[in-house]
Amino acid sequence: MIKSELIAKLAEANPHLFQRDVERVVNTVLEEITQALENGDRVELRGFGAFSVRNRPPRLGRNPRTGESVEVKEKHVPFFKTGKELRERVDGKK
Amino acid sequence: MTGKTLTRADLAEAVYREVGLSRQDSATLVESVLDLMADTLAGGETVKLSSFGSFALREKNGRMGRNPKTGEEVPIDPRRVLVFKPSQVLKDRIDEALAK
Repeated sequence: MIKSELIAKLAEANPHLFQRDVERVVNTVLEEITQALENGDRVELRGFGAFSVRNRPPRLGRNPRTGESVEVKEKHVPFFKTGKELRERVDGKK
Repeated sequence: MTGKTLTRADLAEAVYREVGLSRQDSATLVESVLDLMADTLAGGETVKLSSFGSFALREKNGRMGRNPKTGEEVPIDPRRVLVFKPSQVLKDRIDEALAK
């Protein structure tokens, strides 16, 4: 399922809303999560999962072609941990 | 880094502020978005959100694990897990925002 399909389904289930507004809801939710992560904050959605930022410290890497050492800078990467309820649901044990 | 944790209530508040729906509708819609994504994933289908990332399912083989406390061997059954792959856009935005 892609974003446009998600929006279409939600619009169908909410006939009292304009599709345009449903689209803005989805985009606002994703944008809000993104901005929280940009601030280094966490987003915890009980039953669904939690988004956070993980820090990858700087390290000495190697160019695999030349074998040359290269400095790899510190990195911040988004991370998602599936919530308990969703984890059990996707595994089909519940 | 403010160390805050956002919840559904913060997402609903953002929708209320940005989209101009009622507070009730905003909260309900946020829940519907998450429910629909969860239902889709529980049905075994991937959810791809452009410029954000994709949620996909991965089959894990069973293996022997170990209880780290007792050292006892315990079998881990094959299972299906959810993985989130952030888009390049999301990765770049976060890395740039937090680089100093």
